[in-house]
Amino acid sequence: MNLDDITLLEGAVMLGLVMTGLAMFLAFFRLVRGPSLPDRVVALDLIGIIAVGVIAAYDILTEQPVLLDAATVVALVAFLGTVAFARYVERRQQDE
Amino acid sequence: MNDVVTAVLIVVGGAFMLLAGVGIVRMPDLFMRMQAATKAATLGAGCMLMAVAVHFGELTVVTRALLVTAFVFLTAPVAAHMIARAAYSVGTPLWKGTIADEFRCENDRVGQSAGETSTAQRANPAAREK
Repeated sequence: MNLDDITLLEGAVMLGLVMTGLAMFLAFFRLVRGPSLPDRVVALDLIGIIAVGVIAAYDILTEQPVLLDAATVVALVAFLGTVAFARYVERRQQDE
Repeated sequence: MNDVVTAVLIVVGGAFMLLAGVGIVRMPDLFMRMQAATKAATLGAGCMLMAVAVHFGELTVVTRALLVTAFVFLTAPVAAHMIARAAYSVGTPLWKGTIADEFRCENDRVGQSAGETSTAQRANPAAREK
């Protein structure tokens, strides 16, 4: 693709994708690094929310509004996963 | 015109997400990381979904974009609150520069001042009851 062919919108979407990708990398760094389980849960939640943003940007790039359904599902799974992990962290404390 | 609005919303949303990513790496303790991640990322996701709504401009797409936005805006604080409470009850250490721990005082109800309670008892997590 020639650089002159890129429209304003495409450039903005690509910039947005680069920034969200960088943010996802940073969140992944925190997920690997820890140090505690709640830190990892927060990082996982952040990755879920960033994935919604990536899907939204990709929607515009490919002109495919159908992908918004996938964004709904990702948001739902991220929320449920976070709540389940929060309960797990609390329960694990009580068992000890 | 629509393209300009969409482009601005996408870039602003991406910038907020990047801020959330920087915040979750750079902040010193879990609770600060969480506030950076939750608030900035939620606003970023909202901006990007609004960009989708503006770009397509059809009723079905706008409805779905608003639905996802509302869902994220409603669930992100709930999820953050649940992790924060769980992490606090497990005894996740606060940043050493923390001077007030109001949640701690609320649970104690012994009338100590915020500063004294937090630094003294936080330094020794084993001393906390329960």
